[in-house]
Amino acid sequence: MSYIIDRRLNSKDKSAVNRQRFLKRYKKHIKRAVSDAVSKRSITDMERGENIGIPQKDIEEPTFGHGHGGVRSRVLPGNREFNAGDKLRRPEGGEGGGAGNGSASDSGEGMDDFVFQITQEEFLEFMFEDLELPNLVKRQLLANDAVKIVKAGISEVGTPNQLNIVRSMRSAYARRIALGAKKRRRKNEILALLQNMDDGIEARALQQELEELERKLSRIPYIDDFDLKFNINKQEPQPSSKAVMFCLMDVSGSMDQRTKDIAKRFFILLYLFLQRNYEKTEVVFIRHHSTAKEVDEQEFFYSRETGGTVVSSALKLMHEIIEERYPVSEWNIYGAQASDGDNWTNDSPICHDLLNEQLLPLLQYYCYIEITDRGHQELWQFYEKLVEANPEAFAMRGIEDYADIYPVFRDLFHRDTAGLRAS
Amino acid sequence: MTDKLLSSGTAWSFDLIEKYDREIARIAQGYRLDTYPNQIEIIRSDQMMDAYASVGMPIGYNHWSYGKQFLNVERSYKRGQMGLAYEIVINSNPCISYLMEENTMTMQALVIAHACYGHNSFFKNNYLFKSWTDADSIIDYFVFARNFIAECEERHGAEMVESVLDSCHALMHYGTDRYKRPYPISAAEELARQKEREEYVQQQVNDLWRTIPVSDSRREPTDQPRFPLEPQENLLYFIEKNAPLLEPWQREIVRIVRKIAQYFYPQRQTQVMNEGWATFWHYTILNDMYDQQLVDDGFMMEFLHSHSSVVAQPSFDSPHFSGINPYALGFAMMRDIRRICESPTEEDKRWFPEIAGSDWLTTLHFAMENFKDESFVQQFLSPRVIRDFHLFSIVDDDESETIDVNAIHDDDGYRSVREALAMQYNLSSREPNIQVHDVDIRGDRSLTLHHQQNNRNPLNDDTQEVLKHLYRLWKFDVHLYSFDGEEVDRSFRVPTRGISLNSK
Repeated sequence: MSYIIDRRLNSKDKSAVNRQRFLKRYKKHIKRAVSDAVSKRSITDMERGENIGIPQKDIEEPTFGHGHGGVRSRVLPGNREFNAGDKLRRPEGGEGGGAGNGSASDSGEGMDDFVFQITQEEFLEFMFEDLELPNLVKRQLLANDAVKIVKAGISEVGTPNQLNIVRSMRSAYARRIALGAKKRRRKNEILALLQNMDDGIEARALQQELEELERKLSRIPYIDDFDLKFNINKQEPQPSSKAVMFCLMDVSGSMDQRTKDIAKRFFILLYLFLQRNYEKTEVVFIRHHSTAKEVDEQEFFYSRETGGTVVSSALKLMHEIIEERYPVSEWNIYGAQASDGDNWTNDSPICHDLLNEQLLPLLQYYCYIEITDRGHQELWQFYEKLVEANPEAFAMRGIEDYADIYPVFRDLFHRDTAGLRAS
Repeated sequence: MTDKLLSSGTAWSFDLIEKYDREIARIAQGYRLDTYPNQIEIIRSDQMMDAYASVGMPIGYNHWSYGKQFLNVERSYKRGQMGLAYEIVINSNPCISYLMEENTMTMQALVIAHACYGHNSFFKNNYLFKSWTDADSIIDYFVFARNFIAECEERHGAEMVESVLDSCHALMHYGTDRYKRPYPISAAEELARQKEREEYVQQQVNDLWRTIPVSDSRREPTDQPRFPLEPQENLLYFIEKNAPLLEPWQREIVRIVRKIAQYFYPQRQTQVMNEGWATFWHYTILNDMYDQQLVDDGFMMEFLHSHSSVVAQPSFDSPHFSGINPYALGFAMMRDIRRICESPTEEDKRWFPEIAGSDWLTTLHFAMENFKDESFVQQFLSPRVIRDFHLFSIVDDDESETIDVNAIHDDDGYRSVREALAMQYNLSSREPNIQVHDVDIRGDRSLTLHHQQNNRNPLNDDTQEVLKHLYRLWKFDVHLYSFDGEEVDRSFRVPTRGISLNSK
């Protein structure tokens, strides 16, 4: 006799735990591969999975076995031309066809990498692992969506999907006991009496009463409307932190195609990171050349408008927007600025003062990346002073090439367990 | 006539599977196939990948290596390098076999005949399985193992447990008693016994090491008996019972890995027979169904197509060659035994006087029940099969300029080819012979292993790594001497001198 069982509805991903453990064990390898992939990919192409290769020898599980050498005999199928006593030249490059022990993939030498796929989700996770927005402290009660559903006891009214079966049955049981108790007691009395009684009028009356009792007992309903108990849930608002990120990009004439591309990549990374890890984060995009303009995401990344350079215009605009829309008491405010460092001569001191006096006191964190392979200019030097004065709230890095983007990004937003952010 | 037909077309349904199973069971019974009850489980292809990744354990404990296995399977499946096998069958009572929902009715019938009646009867009746595994309780044992290891992870951290498992896995093939029959695994009281064992073993270990105190060493006679008295081949067993510093829970993990190795040990020794037997029966049973007009021509065409790809044997020089296909060799030998019984030639009568002309079914059952690959080949590989496969034997001596063909499929060669092929299936010649030789109980507690070379075959490059794992369990120095005859050809040592080592 056979039992046939349909297991198709059993849970998926029985191997998920083991897969996770494997990923965890080879995290170092995977991170390296992810980091390579990030710098190779085009900007619009961050959100997909990746093939990860790990050298076969790094993941092998060692076992005792035979190495090459010694005397070895093998039986092979498919002989066509050999006769006993034939001597064959040893084939170049090791064994013909692999030794007979172990599975083929384990014993061969010079195997390819062990390659496997990680999902887009995992790719991003590895990409943004250990990164965070620094100093995210201001928390606030938000009106909508930040609610958690919590149990709030039991109610007599509710919808069928919230029926609490255990409590309902328990109360029905109690009711049945309570309603029937007196009658059952009387019934037992009668039964006892009847036992030592001869048939007679009295007995017949008792018999009748007994039947009446039984009828009544059987009428007690098994479950009744007022037995039903329902779970009630209520929504509790959750405090959450609101944050806004200002992305300031220089699009002046001095920024060539490559520099712009690097800046864009940096901001794409930042944007992805925020979108993924901070649901409640707003992003404000500001492009500037000699004048600054707030734009939407599309325009920020794809518009081609250009002109001279006045960096302070962007900072001023940022300050205006904060005053107008983002009260400092409620919002965690961040800024990220990318430029080639080229600025109108008298503007750099203005930038310094703007940041130092007006902006930095409002901000949680501000970072500046300078994309140039030439020497740093005035703006960099003025900003350096800011680092000294505000080591926790201000950071700056130089980027020379595509390959620097991801490391610098990681560096700027690396989770700092000590709580101090040394530049 | 046609109303006898069980189905037409490729779609399966639960009713149909039941119908086919009934018919197959009826025919199997006619051939005296004695099986455990079958538990046929219908699964999706991703579940099949899970089943694959857990290497034959329907309930496995968690370990990264199974994750690696899974990624590997997933990749080859997605690339289309590997069709998922249509059969995974568990040696348990009831015997669990998986059917994939994507398969056609024909394939389901093939798998039912192959796994549920072929493999199943092999598991129940082959002497190795009978004496080494306990199908009744193995599922319970897997459950116990999984829970125990999960509990250890909770208590001691996943990483601690993982490192012990890593080390045990490295020595897994050295966790079986090769010559001694184990007690059947009893699982119902496994948990209770585990607690008892924990205390008892620790006591034993303490006893073994108790005689060490320095103050007593004066009184020790110089010629202490060696410990262990006899060399020990079961390294994991030796560690479980004697490693000085293992925690009780670590000992239990060593034991679990050892028990599981033991459970798989018969399967590793009966690949050719097991697959040959199952293939022979799916072939025979499905052909009978056709003869009884239960299935139609379309069914047979599809069946024969997949059957012939299963039993294909590429030549040694083909790019598809990856060793001798156990399905092909096993199937050919099983068929050949039937042929020898039913219509023996003069040659067969000379080679197999005792079975030529006998009742084929009885002979075949006898062969299935009482042999393993090595002895099965030694006993039943006929000149006919050697010729059909064009088998030839080569000797590769690294001291010689050439590789020598020493026997081919001719009168002078049959015996040597058979001998050599049997040897190829002998586990103890496939795996290096490594045994615990000595423990320095009075001194530095170091553990000494001896490897006896066979035909000057050296140890592989993993050796040092494996010894590190052994060291992790033993926690004192480990030496390994590789002997060529009487002489030490090479020696290994962990920790290597002069390098500071962390035991974790």
